[in-house]
Amino acid sequence: MSDDNNKMTIIATKGTFDWAFPPFIIASTGVAMDKEVTIFFTFYGLNLLLKDTSKLRVTPIGNPSMPMKMPFGPKWIQNIDFGPKIPNILWNIPGADILVTYLMKKTMAKHGVAKLDDLRSMCQEFDVKFIACEMTVELFGYSKDDFIDGVEFAGAASYFDEAATGNHHLYM
Amino acid sequence: MADETLDASGLNCPLPILKTKKALSKMDAGKILDVISTDAGSVKDIEAFCNQTGNKLMSTVEDGGKYVFTIEKV
Repeated sequence: MSDDNNKMTIIATKGTFDWAFPPFIIASTGVAMDKEVTIFFTFYGLNLLLKDTSKLRVTPIGNPSMPMKMPFGPKWIQNIDFGPKIPNILWNIPGADILVTYLMKKTMAKHGVAKLDDLRSMCQEFDVKFIACEMTVELFGYSKDDFIDGVEFAGAASYFDEAATGNHHLYM
Repeated sequence: MADETLDASGLNCPLPILKTKKALSKMDAGKILDVISTDAGSVKDIEAFCNQTGNKLMSTVEDGGKYVFTIEKV
């Protein structure tokens, strides 16, 4: 079922732990549904291609409506949404992002959500094409060795080549 | 009677779909796959998956939060 209309592209621009998921979820599901998918990673999106994704963090800073519920403990505590209750300024305390990331990972595991690295490997197994923006790789001082195998390095014009056909082109 | 059974219990979106795709790709056309899922979202998603890929969703059975989808591979 491969024709030009089946092409799909995603531009991944965000590099926080939470935002690492949508591009890989949509891309892997797309190929599972017979689409031919390319993800173009640029700016902070390059983080999603790093060999070591353990440094990716999520933070409630600037995201005051982020729901935050405990993944463990007594039921009544798990039901409390701490997000709106805690003044946003407190999340600037060093280490708060590590704690929040840890809790989000726990919550995801509890809900049977795929691990980030597994989701990414599945995309590769399904032949999702990964293109890293060459300009931002240089801009941020990355070395090509920092990234997983199977990544192509190219520029904006190559994105247009990928997006020339198909009717699903998403910016994330 | 299904030729293959995939137990996707406890997994959440998009894993039931990805595992279904993987299981089907190893099967011959005309063979039957049963997918067991506990993800309520997979009711709509398996249907959409079959719509898009042409595989035939023969039945959906719900039993106390557990879903069994019977799919015929095209």
